Amino acid sequence: MAALLDISGLNKSFGGIKATDDLNLSVEPGELHAIIGPNGAGKTTLISQLCGLQRPDTGAIRFKGRDVTHVPPHRRARLGMTRSYQITSLIMEMSVRDNIALAVQARDGHAFRFIAAARKDRRLREQADALLARVGLQAKADMKAVALSHGEHRHMEIAIALASQAELMLLDEPMAGLGSEETKAMVKLLKGIKGKHSILLIEHDMDAVFALADRISVLVYGHIIATGTPDDIRSNSAVQQAYLGEDA
Amino acid sequence: MTRKTWITLAAMVALAVLPPVFYWTGNAFYLDLATRLTILAIAAVSLNLILGYGGLISFGHAAYLGLGAYAVGIPAYHWLYDGIGDWATNGFVHIGLAVAITSTFALITGAICLRTRGVYFIMITMAFAQMIYYLIVSIETYGGDDGLVIDTRSEFPGLNLDKPLQLFGLAYVSLVVVMLLVNMIVNSRFGMVLQAAKGNNERTVTLGFNTYIFQLVAYVISGAIAGYAGALLGNFTTFISPEMMDWRTSGELMFMVILGGTATILGPVLGSAAFILLEEILVDSLTWVEHLLDGILGMKIELSNYWHLPFGLLLIIIVLYVRGGLMGLINRKED
Repeated sequence: MAALLDISGLNKSFGGIKATDDLNLSVEPGELHAIIGPNGAGKTTLISQLCGLQRPDTGAIRFKGRDVTHVPPHRRARLGMTRSYQITSLIMEMSVRDNIALAVQARDGHAFRFIAAARKDRRLREQADALLARVGLQAKADMKAVALSHGEHRHMEIAIALASQAELMLLDEPMAGLGSEETKAMVKLLKGIKGKHSILLIEHDMDAVFALADRISVLVYGHIIATGTPDDIRSNSAVQQAYLGEDA
Repeated sequence: MTRKTWITLAAMVALAVLPPVFYWTGNAFYLDLATRLTILAIAAVSLNLILGYGGLISFGHAAYLGLGAYAVGIPAYHWLYDGIGDWATNGFVHIGLAVAITSTFALITGAICLRTRGVYFIMITMAFAQMIYYLIVSIETYGGDDGLVIDTRSEFPGLNLDKPLQLFGLAYVSLVVVMLLVNMIVNSRFGMVLQAAKGNNERTVTLGFNTYIFQLVAYVISGAIAGYAGALLGNFTTFISPEMMDWRTSGELMFMVILGGTATILGPVLGSAAFILLEEILVDSLTWVEHLLDGILGMKIELSNYWHLPFGLLLIIIVLYVRGGLMGLINRKED
């Protein structure tokens, strides 16, 4: 079966620093593929290139068999690729429901409508409320996004990713800054999504990654040093040396 | 209905009722003031669409006002001096021209300006406006920097704009329609994207919206409405000069929006009212102090020439201490 996402020979430098170094990676349909790596390994740079906010120097990104290397970000999103943000990136002055409804609208299309009131649009509202229920935020739908806690913001990010019904979800450290209870809740949420969407998960939390991933790739200085099942990665000596250290 | 809606309705009813009452009781001056205020309010509401709801700080909005006014003045000029057909005084032609010219200007300049952000956007919108300003100054036929007298007002069937009350009526109805229009736009799906892009542009793009196009469309709508306001302003002043499209006028429009409260429907209207009325009140009261000083102490100081000083101070105080402008004052009490 052809890979949903296929990255080959990707390179990106900032000045003298190679943030992405001859990177090859694939995500199969339905797979949860996790990327781990120490700080500064180039994880977020990789996500930025995948969603189109940064241009790679060389290399190709194929999505659903189509070369999307030079496709602008808003079109990639419409092709079925969505991303969440490591640093919470919501529209803070809008309500929680409006944030989700906007993501629903992005998939629904028809954004060039000037007449009907969007907040009274049942199609947007009902889907947004259903998604909020799925991530456990239905009670806070009318609050402004800024009023919610960090953990709740992380859940909103997931709801937005779900709203797009994207075939591929690029999740940039969904557990970042969460406490242990909150992390458990997030792992549970992601387990529920897994299999229904293909996911490329970038994450620091090792327990979470080993609990969730079908395959894991280890990124060090912009280069993938190993790809395999969680068990493979756990027993890989190069990985232990480069990244897991004495913890492994 | 919320408190805000009630206040909006009350303010709009007051604006409809008070000026004619002043007129009938022999204070025609106040009707003039209200007409000017109403026309500038239309321009401020249009600016608020991009500035308040879109987060696009345009410092060139006066250009649209000026272009709209010249769209009335230039055909009227040729009608009088070159004897071109009577179509040249038709109000629908004037408004059609004003809207067509300003939306084209907005489309071309917006396409360029929106490639920049922040301070650069402010500077480039101002630069385009100044370009139009110097263009008009250089055209001797239309008076250059002396300006152009509009000898005949726009003609509409069943409407005589030479009658102050009818001109006010047209301006008032236009303001209400524009307010409803902008309210409808900002609450629509389109408006949601526009406001989201203001809050977090990158997120809105990665959701799948080409925010550039949304902002450009809003920019064109805003420019067209301001052009319409300009056509009304030309009819009101019956005189246009390049000064009308100077950067200072752009700044005044910006101030009206910020003073009244950005991203609210009534805010720019309150802002324009406060701006225009404050100007009058300050000049009047300084003149009064002048007479007092002259009468009591025999001092002859022309204080009223310096009304800008207390005016500026008041504006600074409001911007610094009242978050959200005059609408902020109203909303605060709601909490």
